[in-house]
Amino acid sequence: MAELTLPASIAGVEPVRSVRTPAHLDYQFTAGEATSRFLRGIAERRILGERCPVCEKVYVPPRGACPTDGVPTAEQVELPHEGTITSFCVVNVAFYGQAMEIPYVSALILLDRSDLPIMHLIQEVAADEVRVGMRVEAVWVPDDELAPTLESIRWFRPTGEADVAVDMPGEGEGTGLGSWPELSPGSGA
Amino acid sequence: MSDGAAADDVLRAPLVIEYPFRRTTGPVIGAFLTGLREQVLIGIRGADGRVIVPPVEYDPVTSEDLTELVEVGPAGEVTTWAWVTDPHPKHPLDRPFAWVLVRPDGADTAMLHALDAGSPEAVRTGMRVAPRWRAEREGAITDIECFVPEAGP
Repeated sequence: MAELTLPASIAGVEPVRSVRTPAHLDYQFTAGEATSRFLRGIAERRILGERCPVCEKVYVPPRGACPTDGVPTAEQVELPHEGTITSFCVVNVAFYGQAMEIPYVSALILLDRSDLPIMHLIQEVAADEVRVGMRVEAVWVPDDELAPTLESIRWFRPTGEADVAVDMPGEGEGTGLGSWPELSPGSGA
Repeated sequence: MSDGAAADDVLRAPLVIEYPFRRTTGPVIGAFLTGLREQVLIGIRGADGRVIVPPVEYDPVTSEDLTELVEVGPAGEVTTWAWVTDPHPKHPLDRPFAWVLVRPDGADTAMLHALDAGSPEAVRTGMRVAPRWRAEREGAITDIECFVPEAGP
């Protein structure tokens, strides 16, 4: 860039180099009927999934219908508060609005007897000791702080049980990691 | 939801998403924002001698680097306007106002800002306006709270 010539009024002052451009989006979140049932259960320290009558998978949090079979998931299933880590991420980078001290672990947890993992925090264990297959249990807030929000579960912590084997997502259905269809040469993909 | 009873069963909550972005301005837009902080309007001279405000980095016709920043206004003339009857919470003024294009004195282009004029009857193309500066300025377009009709002679 060529040298700029400035008018006298701003020639001697500290130049502005950056500008704040915050994005602020105000939404009203509507949980829907199935997720409202789930959240009301959480407020009573209960984890409620819903079972598909066709494939018998248990979804948690439920959305009210099975995405595979397209039918309502009418049967409510109370789930245990223990599960297995199927995937996790160690957060090492500080960011605006963070609630946890870094490093911390965010994980997908497959609750026992359910078929869809939920995402939550892992605490009470060093971040570098968290692993896929680790058994964990929910740690709840005190009774007088229970509310219809997943924050009623403060985090999950290791149970101390032995690790269990974890299937890769989609394995056996031809859609998951490790089972990509092989592409023939010249297929253009 | 098919009826009111079901609607009452569904949970709702505010969900606010916020990104605290800060972006760098480069020296030309930076000079414009520096001017706002110092209560002056800054334009830039184009290859044909016309003064463009807010300043641009490259000539809109020839694409060459532009370098001659000049002071304009800050008072000027309304070239077109639109009245806002019902301001949005994020609008610059909390009362009815006009969006205006203002051509500052000495400039050949107009810039967008708000005009606090009271009523649409008080606004017309060609009217004289001047900026109302904020007491605390940081180098942002909002350092001008709005434009106001210029005081009569």
